[in-house]
Amino acid sequence: MKRVALLGMPNTGKSTFFNRLTGASAKVGNWPGITVDLLSARILLGTEMVEVVDLPGIYNLHGFAEDERVARTFLEEQPVDLLVVITNATQLDRQLALALQLQALGQPMVLLLNMIDEARTLGIHIDQQRLAQELGMPVVAISAKHGMGMEQARQAITQALHEAHPPRAADIERTFAEDSALQTRLDAIFSATVDVPVSATDRLTDRLDRLLLHPWLGLPLFFVAMLGMFEAVYTLGAPLQDGVAWMLERVKTGAVSPAVTAWPPLVQSFVLDGLFDGIGTILSFLPIIVLFFLFMAIIEDSGYMSRAAFLMDAFMSRLGLDGRAFVMQLMGFGCNVPALMGTRVMRSRGLRLLTMLIIPFSLCSARLQVFVFFTTAIFEPWAAPLVLFSLYLFSFGAAFLTAVLYRRRLAHAEPLLLELPPYRFPTLRQMWLRGWREVTHFLREASGFILFGVVLVWILTHFPKDVPVASPETLAGQLAALFEPLMQPLGIDHLMTIALLFGFVAKEVVLGALAVIYGVGESELAGIVSSRIDWVQAYSFMLFVLIYTPCLSTVAVLKQESKSWRFTALAIGWPLLLAWVVSFVFYQGARWLGL
Amino acid sequence: MDMRAHDTPVATLADLLPGQHATITGLSGESELRTRLQSLGLRPGRRVTVVRRSRFGGPIQIRLGTSDLLIRPQQARTIFIK
Ligand SMILES: Nc1nc2c(ncn2[C@@H]2O[C@H](COP(=O)(O)OP(=O)(O)OP(=O)(O)O)[C@@H](O)[C@H]2O)c(=O)[nH]1
Ligand SMILES: [Mg+2]
Repeated sequence: MKRVALLGMPNTGKSTFFNRLTGASAKVGNWPGITVDLLSARILLGTEMVEVVDLPGIYNLHGFAEDERVARTFLEEQPVDLLVVITNATQLDRQLALALQLQALGQPMVLLLNMIDEARTLGIHIDQQRLAQELGMPVVAISAKHGMGMEQARQAITQALHEAHPPRAADIERTFAEDSALQTRLDAIFSATVDVPVSATDRLTDRLDRLLLHPWLGLPLFFVAMLGMFEAVYTLGAPLQDGVAWMLERVKTGAVSPAVTAWPPLVQSFVLDGLFDGIGTILSFLPIIVLFFLFMAIIEDSGYMSRAAFLMDAFMSRLGLDGRAFVMQLMGFGCNVPALMGTRVMRSRGLRLLTMLIIPFSLCSARLQVFVFFTTAIFEPWAAPLVLFSLYLFSFGAAFLTAVLYRRRLAHAEPLLLELPPYRFPTLRQMWLRGWREVTHFLREASGFILFGVVLVWILTHFPKDVPVASPETLAGQLAALFEPLMQPLGIDHLMTIALLFGFVAKEVVLGALAVIYGVGESELAGIVSSRIDWVQAYSFMLFVLIYTPCLSTVAVLKQESKSWRFTALAIGWPLLLAWVVSFVFYQGARWLGL
Repeated sequence: MDMRAHDTPVATLADLLPGQHATITGLSGESELRTRLQSLGLRPGRRVTVVRRSRFGGPIQIRLGTSDLLIRPQQARTIFIK
């Protein structure tokens, strides 16, 4: 099968184009370094099946960050029939350099001038024909985001593939020599083909930046916006969640219960209390998760992330980190796994490890479910968003404290050089793609890890058979008893301890476990929980959930990316210790104050 | 004090105030940094404007043609201008 590689500088729209061309749903965001791994899809071009590969962005062929290495290794090791180089048409003065470098590899190429919509708005004029002549390759102007020029691009690729010679891997070392000659050629081509008006800047971006990057208002605005987002997640999400929970309850009493009445009691309990309540409770949070990710999609696509790096870099550098580490923390709010992968853009190992050490403290969407549940069950409606916000502050606090403690051991001297893209807004199509991505991801997790966790909880809380469910005599009860001396000083009883134990698998399981333990669905669970624990216990529990090891996937990625068992052990052990200390201090402190 | 004992300090990108612009004359950092700066468009002959500087010695926002970049003062000091 023929193979096409998509290449270009970071943030030029390679993944957007990949999605348009292949119908895939690769993650897109207005941040250089969203794609850090290979992604491929097969499509029919003309009469043949072709494999299209989306690669991480590269600035040149000599970069040594992990994401650039991925692209470079791919080029060196995999035979490719055609390179499709994607450029940001508004920045050809520097982006053509990569095209020229790649051309020196001698492989057939097609050049795409993406973001032509933005180029037009800025009044930039590009003489495409002349450019194609000068470069000796097909040039097509497109807007991958809005779908302009896609047909021409598809044709150009098909045509070029048709004429292509046998595929081969690139010999990058050999083409290392270049630079000044290339630079001269670039300048000549650029001035002959591109016409940029004197003041080609995005006015809206400039105006927004004056406010959002304001020396004194910038950071307060950031926190106000964050608080606003959680208010919105609550006000919009809570009713939706109740709706789903209500519906699931109806299905349970109306359809599932009658269907299984003939079965042995143990099997009934497994189906109803184990599978249905366990998974159902988790599913009821789907609307909140989707809503939350839509907000995240807007933020990630807005270009605000680079601004956050600007605002926080001075502070982060005192912690031995940089502004990008802060951005990774924010991305970790969605899910820690992609945020950990995102550290591949960092070159120095010290900086990367330190960042990977703090990312698991980011309050991810799985923990968000647990907290939304507990805050709505225990706190007044007006207080719930504030309580949630305070947990986000704890999340930052734990991360910053960790960085301070480990910055010497993981020291580095990596410069910060970061693009500041213009503000953008996702199209409905992009939001839909993102929402769909998250739903499928969630369902895949729910049918894998989470199902496994919930089934395990059911087994451990229902055996041996002749004792009350989840009582101290059950397997789970005995396990929890082992931890009792540790957990009691935190105000966490043995049933909650069971939930925490299984939260190791994935945080969603915490709620699933509680549902299984109490044998009820989400709608009744809140009442039971609020009658059994007070707010101090609940908050202590939430602090523990926030800080301790997030989930097995995170652990796996920590190991995969660090390639070190010692580091992985540290990244598991330290948060556990910290979680215990923080919950202990909070719980005992609150009790001491008489709360 | 004898002023001649000091070399005339060479101006660097870190010396510019917001709104000021200059032309890059050379890069003095080590080679990996130079390569990165060049692929971001920071090379001799280019005009560069400082858009804003952040507080507490944080990064500088610079503009090269149609691209905006963040760079820390430490690296900005390796970029000579006139
Ligand atoms: N205006 C405009 N924006 C675009 C276009 N194509 C992509 N974008 C936006 O550019 C940003 C980057 O898009 P991506 O597809 O993630 O870029 P990428 O090249 O894959 O980036 P990395 O994976 O980080 O290297 C996103 O905010 C997109 O919405 C376009 O044609 N016009
Ligand atoms: Mg990408």
